Amino acid sequence: MSIHWFKYASPASFYGLAGRLIPWFAAAAALATLAGLYIGLVLAPTDFQQGDSYRIIYIHVPAAWIGMFTYLVMAGWAAAGIVFNTRLSGMMVQALAPTGALFTFIALWTGAFWGRPTWGAYWVWDARLTSTLILFFLYIGYMALRASIDDPRRADRAGALLTLVGVVNIPIIYFSVKWWNTLHQGASVKPGSSSMATVMLTGMLVMAFAAWMYTIAISLARVRSIIVEREQHSAWVGELLVAEGHVGAPGTSGGVPGSKGEKAR
Amino acid sequence: MNWSSFSDFLAMGGYAFFVWMSYGATALLVVAEIAWVVKQRRQSLARARVQRKIREWSSS
Repeated sequence: MSIHWFKYASPASFYGLAGRLIPWFAAAAALATLAGLYIGLVLAPTDFQQGDSYRIIYIHVPAAWIGMFTYLVMAGWAAAGIVFNTRLSGMMVQALAPTGALFTFIALWTGAFWGRPTWGAYWVWDARLTSTLILFFLYIGYMALRASIDDPRRADRAGALLTLVGVVNIPIIYFSVKWWNTLHQGASVKPGSSSMATVMLTGMLVMAFAAWMYTIAISLARVRSIIVEREQHSAWVGELLVAEGHVGAPGTSGGVPGSKGEKAR
Repeated sequence: MNWSSFSDFLAMGGYAFFVWMSYGATALLVVAEIAWVVKQRRQSLARARVQRKIREWSSS
């Protein structure tokens, strides 16, 4: 059983698996985005309190959820990297960070443009907003730390440690609206109950699903580049270039005097 | 359908600036990220091609 599991922990086999999965996740993301935008921007009625400014919710809440969730997934891979010392784990952490940072930034940005008409301010130092800003800085910090370490395996370990320390911030964000008296409203959606109209809730959940599928597709695409980058010295990447048609097969590579290909001709 | 006309839709009940700044920035950032990943893929493959050439030369 364990042998089967660890088969895809090898970057070479994960590269192929990711390539096969990407189109499905990308298609799911595109379809869900279209459906979610249609429900949220066309079908859903105007809110009786906030008018149409509430429509920012269809981006804001999914972005905030995915920003937090991606960090948990990163932390999971980071822990796996420390325990099993697999190369793929560090690569996955590296691949997830930019998208996590992107969605956290989108949550902050859309929150600002929702806060202005609703609270009268683009920004307040509220517990929810501040802890989300810290999440954004954790993503940026992780990427800066990686960029400052030349040896990728050492960058993996240092990055994993930073990621695991920062995970304490996630429950702080999630429960901030309960623990402190925040300007940010409490949760509209809790497991088992919701205070939203059905069509609005549906639009939001479809958009959240779209953001989730997008994150998987884009991270898998990014990890493939990271794998090629970090394994470029290995023979399997050379074979892969031929198999995927990025270079001619041996004997047809041509153009390089004295290469094996030239001699064979 | 919640809107009576397309201009009604664009006006967003007077909140056009806030709503479209949110949706516009998100669309822009997502497109930029996809373009970045595509560029990254091309660069990684180009570097791997160079490495492969070097291996070919050194083994011949």
